[in-house]
Amino acid sequence: MHYAPTDREGGDMDLTLTPELTAFREEVRAFLDAHKDEHEAGAPKDPKAWQRLLIDNGYAARTIPRSYGGFGAEPDGQKTRIIAEAFIAAGAPRGMSGQGISMLVPTLLEVGSEEQKTRWIPPTLSGEIIWCQGYSEPGAGSDLANLQTKAVEDGEDFLISGSKIWTSTAAQAQMMFCLVRTEATKPKHEGISYVLFPMDTPGIEVRPLKTMTGQAEFNEVFFTDVRVPQANVVGGRGRGWQVANTTLKHERGMLGDPNATEARLKQLIELMKSETVDGRPIIDNAIFRDRLMQLQARVLSMKFNGLRTMTDDTAGLARLVVKLQGCELNHQVAALAIDALGELGILYQEGPHLRAKGRWQWNYMFDLGLIIGGGTAQIQKNIISERGLGMPREPKTVEA
Amino acid sequence: MRFALSEDQTLLQDSLNRTLADLVPLDRVRRFADGGDTAEASDIWMRLAEMGLPGLMIPEEHGGLGLGMLEAALAAEALGRVVAPTPFLGSAVLAPLALKLGGTEAQQRRWLPKLATGAATAGIAISEPIAGARDGAGVTAKDGRLTGQALFALDATGADLLIVADTAGGLHLANIAEAAEPMPGIDATRRLKALTFKDTPAEALTSNPALDRLRDAAWILLAADTLGAAQVMLERAVAYAKERKQFGRTIGSFQAVKHLCAEMAAELEPARALVWYAAYAFDNTPDEAPLMAAHAKAHTSEIGRFIARTATEVHGGIGITDLLGLHYWFKRIGQNRQLLGGPERVREIAARIQGLVA
Repeated sequence: MHYAPTDREGGDMDLTLTPELTAFREEVRAFLDAHKDEHEAGAPKDPKAWQRLLIDNGYAARTIPRSYGGFGAEPDGQKTRIIAEAFIAAGAPRGMSGQGISMLVPTLLEVGSEEQKTRWIPPTLSGEIIWCQGYSEPGAGSDLANLQTKAVEDGEDFLISGSKIWTSTAAQAQMMFCLVRTEATKPKHEGISYVLFPMDTPGIEVRPLKTMTGQAEFNEVFFTDVRVPQANVVGGRGRGWQVANTTLKHERGMLGDPNATEARLKQLIELMKSETVDGRPIIDNAIFRDRLMQLQARVLSMKFNGLRTMTDDTAGLARLVVKLQGCELNHQVAALAIDALGELGILYQEGPHLRAKGRWQWNYMFDLGLIIGGGTAQIQKNIISERGLGMPREPKTVEA
Repeated sequence: MRFALSEDQTLLQDSLNRTLADLVPLDRVRRFADGGDTAEASDIWMRLAEMGLPGLMIPEEHGGLGLGMLEAALAAEALGRVVAPTPFLGSAVLAPLALKLGGTEAQQRRWLPKLATGAATAGIAISEPIAGARDGAGVTAKDGRLTGQALFALDATGADLLIVADTAGGLHLANIAEAAEPMPGIDATRRLKALTFKDTPAEALTSNPALDRLRDAAWILLAADTLGAAQVMLERAVAYAKERKQFGRTIGSFQAVKHLCAEMAAELEPARALVWYAAYAFDNTPDEAPLMAAHAKAHTSEIGRFIARTATEVHGGIGITDLLGLHYWFKRIGQNRQLLGGPERVREIAARIQGLVA
């Protein structure tokens, strides 16, 4: 038979653990068991110490070179998966995941100068430097390349003026990575540069942006003649759009992370088993159980889709759908938790009947923001249909 | 770790897709569906036998290829792509599996080589203990004889062998039913029969665990069939949207239309990973298989329905015409959804498997 299996090794689907990987899993479990008193309710008691501990043991910054303060392991999808699953099973918090670690570090590794890498990556990984991202503007959301914050040459420096919006952690951050227009006369995609500067530079004003959650998870940031050395450009002057797309790729991966969704689903199952109505567990209600099973199938699909993106060369489309589907799924998991809580689901902030410190309610609202942020669901659908399915772009309107 | 198709599997998939594209064009599906010409189906099956498809999962010692559930899922997907009228599910997978799990050496020697070459085909009647009994149907077994009715029997037309489940979940091998009435349905590409037994002689196979394995296999392959059919509906919708012009532009350049296509792709692509995983689990991590098979079946039923209606909608009015023939895919997906348990029933079993049902 012309397609009879000639070689069952090498190319076959294989999710089994080799003895080496089984030992690795035991090692991770033993680590988590030894350090289980260092976190509670899914958060570390001392975030910086926890981060240090994780990096030293290879459970955070795992593949980042040692010379830049990482653990320096070779990328290994199987080990990554074992770590993620063991942390979920133990209810242990993962390493820090702010925008500096998740987005700036991968970008610097890809396009930064040696000086930029050694200067910025180690303190970012350790949590000493918190970064914020200056991308979106009031007039440049989905059409990010239309950004207007301008950087005008002044000797060795730029003078930056304009404003940014949706800036998470701007009030806590010591540094910003920011997109500015350095070439006023060039077409919009070619006039942008990616610059780094301290948030205490004179001329920067941060205003908290309170959202529907009641908290200010975002900020507006205003620049008035903010002086930044031209040497702080990453990836070359006028190349900011390409550099930003490197970063956005990482952000979309972070926002759709199936391991995070799986951890939430696990909490939802526990909630539905432990919460009772009239003395009976919610899980005994066939309608809620059916909704839970529908979500579980989706979570499993995204989990296996994630496995596929790690090892399958034909998974291009599978990669493109992660942000859209992952963020939607997170929102739906929170929605079911609120519904399962019934009237308790309307409580928020504090009080004796509040569950999980109001986290489900916060997630439900904040996750809607994540469906919009990092490239809206509609922009994701443009990307999927254009890059994934080869469909035509919307014809451009003639620009004035 | 590797979660991707192997070279051999990709080759199998490509070669099946190429063969089937020539072997089962739409006008052939139409002839079979309209006229009930069973010679069409036999001819397709004999041609596929030249590639070894009937013996895909049958051990090599019995003349088959001895391949696994993932390969069977790829084959089911390829058959779903062309909505092929074949007895693949019953003859190539479920009957051989039943014989392997519960048949005697003599039964295996008698049937497996014939099934492997396509010289014999097998039907399968396991609906009642899986999907639930309707209209009082159900078969009881006593002293080597079967009595009662089995509805929604698959691949029973012209079958030389029937695998029948009794109401208690026991499996039996019968050569013929007392009567076999057609159950004309919405999907004419796969015929269903109502079988009547009346003190009909049958040989018992082993019981419950074997039926659960059959159920899981059937769920995975119905899921894979839907995957293939839905993939084609998406491809055709995209192709049509790139071609069709209105308001002076191709309709695929309107976000209202392209977003529908993106939504279909976003639902379909992760479902592929779920079906692969379920098939992999069936052979490699059997403890996980029942849950994964259930989720694969129920989830592809849901996304299949969404894609079937949305792809039709993207075609506009032409989408609902008989002439275009897209409805054969729409109906096949609809049948896969209901067969051997609709998604609500299957999800309840998924919850039970995890101990979530009191």
